[in-house]
Amino acid sequence: MPMMNNIQAVNDALMYEMEKDKSVMVLGEDVAQIGGVFRGTSGLLDKFGSERVVDTPLSENGIIGTSVGLALNGMKPVAEIQFSGFIYAGYDQLVSHASRLRQRSMGRFHVPLVVRMPNGGGVRALEHHSESYETIFIHVPGLKVVYPCTPSDVKGLLTSSIRDPDPVVFLEHIKLYRSFREEVPEGEYTVPIGKGRIARKGKDVTIVAWGAMVNVSLEAAKKLEQNDIEAEVIDLRTLKPLDKGIILDSVKRTGRAVIVEESQRISGYASYLSAIIGEQCLLYLKAPVSRVSGYDIKFPLYRLEEKYLPGPESVIHAVNNIMSF
Amino acid sequence: MDEKYLFNVKKGETLHIVDQDGTYDQDLDPGIPEETLLKMYRMMVLTRTYDEKAIKLQRAGRMGTYPPCSGQEATQAGSVFALKKDDWLVPSYRDICSMITLGISMKDLFLVWMGDDNGNRIPEGINSLPINIVVGSQLLHATGFAWAANIKKENIAVLTYVGDGGTSRGDFHTSLNFAGVFNVPAVYIIENNGFAISTRNKQETHAETLAQKALSYGIRGCRVDGMDVIAVYVAAKEALDRARKKEGPTLIESLCYRFGPHTTSDNPDLYRTKEELEKIMSKTDPVVRFKNYLIKKGIWDDKKESSLQEEAGDLVNKAAKEAEETPPPKFEELFENVFGNMPDYLQDEIDHYRKVSGGE
Ligand SMILES: Cc1ncc(C[n+]2csc(CCOP(=O)(O)OP(=O)(O)O)c2C)c(N)n1
Repeated sequence: MPMMNNIQAVNDALMYEMEKDKSVMVLGEDVAQIGGVFRGTSGLLDKFGSERVVDTPLSENGIIGTSVGLALNGMKPVAEIQFSGFIYAGYDQLVSHASRLRQRSMGRFHVPLVVRMPNGGGVRALEHHSESYETIFIHVPGLKVVYPCTPSDVKGLLTSSIRDPDPVVFLEHIKLYRSFREEVPEGEYTVPIGKGRIARKGKDVTIVAWGAMVNVSLEAAKKLEQNDIEAEVIDLRTLKPLDKGIILDSVKRTGRAVIVEESQRISGYASYLSAIIGEQCLLYLKAPVSRVSGYDIKFPLYRLEEKYLPGPESVIHAVNNIMSF
Repeated sequence: MDEKYLFNVKKGETLHIVDQDGTYDQDLDPGIPEETLLKMYRMMVLTRTYDEKAIKLQRAGRMGTYPPCSGQEATQAGSVFALKKDDWLVPSYRDICSMITLGISMKDLFLVWMGDDNGNRIPEGINSLPINIVVGSQLLHATGFAWAANIKKENIAVLTYVGDGGTSRGDFHTSLNFAGVFNVPAVYIIENNGFAISTRNKQETHAETLAQKALSYGIRGCRVDGMDVIAVYVAAKEALDRARKKEGPTLIESLCYRFGPHTTSDNPDLYRTKEELEKIMSKTDPVVRFKNYLIKKGIWDDKKESSLQEEAGDLVNKAAKEAEETPPPKFEELFENVFGNMPDYLQDEIDHYRKVSGGE
């Protein structure tokens, strides 16, 4: 199997799906000629031509809104928003239309649309280039939200997202694009939407994470091992629909849960997960569910980004707290 | 309105006064005082020097991403020089020359790209908003800012910029539409540098010019040679004067070119040839053109040039050094600036941060 990093996995999935299904097209700012600012769409223009691989005018609202129309008329647009921090003008179309057309038309229409977005911080970027606002997508009825961490999952889940009949917000962590490589299955490869994975087994505490926080949690788990604490790490992979089972099973075994998110704490996804665990595992819990989050401030310019981002130390701090509860 | 400066958007005429070799149209030359001309030139040279230094710092890992503005100095300096003391500037990320010209310190500007939030704290007394990175969104702020001046019966004008790519966003349409409806005292300059990252004008719009879009908002529009600081000054001054007199907003398309990459993380080789760049740079460079003009006017020479270059180098190096030596802000400061009064939950988060990080 070839070795790939996350951005190569994005590219590989697109290549395969575009080859297989003529209705799949890619559109966004700078995606065609230069293959996107992260090169996720590199080589697609040469292979599939300028009708299916399109440099659009600079308009997020235009990209998403016309993608809705394209999808309604039989295309399968994979739209790229250059950074998730620039989605907001396009968010209108996601919330008001992409997510609702099936519901509004009581099933007559549907919008098979994928919106790919680099997301998250940690690469010394400018303002608006480090955001983690995944909750604003999760909150919208009718949107699926996928956020893989490993190259295989990126490929498998992007493929599934393109094949999904409904709109999928596909988040790609910027810091993970080129941070590591692994063997990725060649050709056709899917990972089902809505299924988490156990990234590490353990019996003392369950750490739930997604995106770059999976690696942070794994690092913390390794250090905790030295203190004889065996942490189980769950990589959610899909945020919505949620794999509730994988979380509840694990927490029932360990009796303790720490949820790690990069985004702001107030109304973060961790608060929802925490509520579910509280509702469904109360009698198994040996300590209150703990959340590790970013802070409720604008993501700082880069001199302070390390202070903002949850690191292994924050996770260890939380685990130690609930272990000694 | 002075007849000799009338130019017609429908015909696509472009105001041009100074040629690359410095010869100029005697009729159109506004006769800017010598002292002002020399100040303008100084700002352009400072900016060019700043730009080169910024790229070097980024390449050396001493600074984050930077969007160079070389090629756009005339558009920026020419228009800022047309501002009056009480006017306001609403810049985008690439308006470094505008900000330097307005008096924002190069140290502060370095701080922004060095990832220090304090770099965006524009000192009291300088009428500028901080840089804005969300393409085109600043236009709406300029419109609102100028609208407030109407309500407050202030005789000021607001100057803002947008790239050619930014004209594709809804924000561009909305801000100019509001501007027309509320007759706001604002001037909108499209810095048409040819590119929105890799995307050229042709892929952004089917319109022949960007200036002609003014027609659809019922506001005045014009095109100006953006490599010609005198022409930009003339167009901007007239537009700003009209704005202050409540004669309406103006859209100016300034034709320039981006000499550098989009930002230091961009690779322009993927979308333009070195030949294209060299051809344009050798034919037209706003700083060189202005220098030639000053020489033609008999107020500049090689000796003055080399001492200015040396001084600019020193000033820029000093600013960069000061920025690099500035300690980062305290993390707590970020919490203090979310609201005017910090709510308890943010204090709790600071306390939590101190506990996790082992105090500070
Ligand atoms: C709303 C929004 N979308 C995307 C981006 C990413 N981006 C930054 S600059 C840029 C191109 C802007 O081109 P143009 O408006 O012509 O201005 P220039 O950069 O050439 O000055 C893009 C796409 C952004 N900053 N804001």
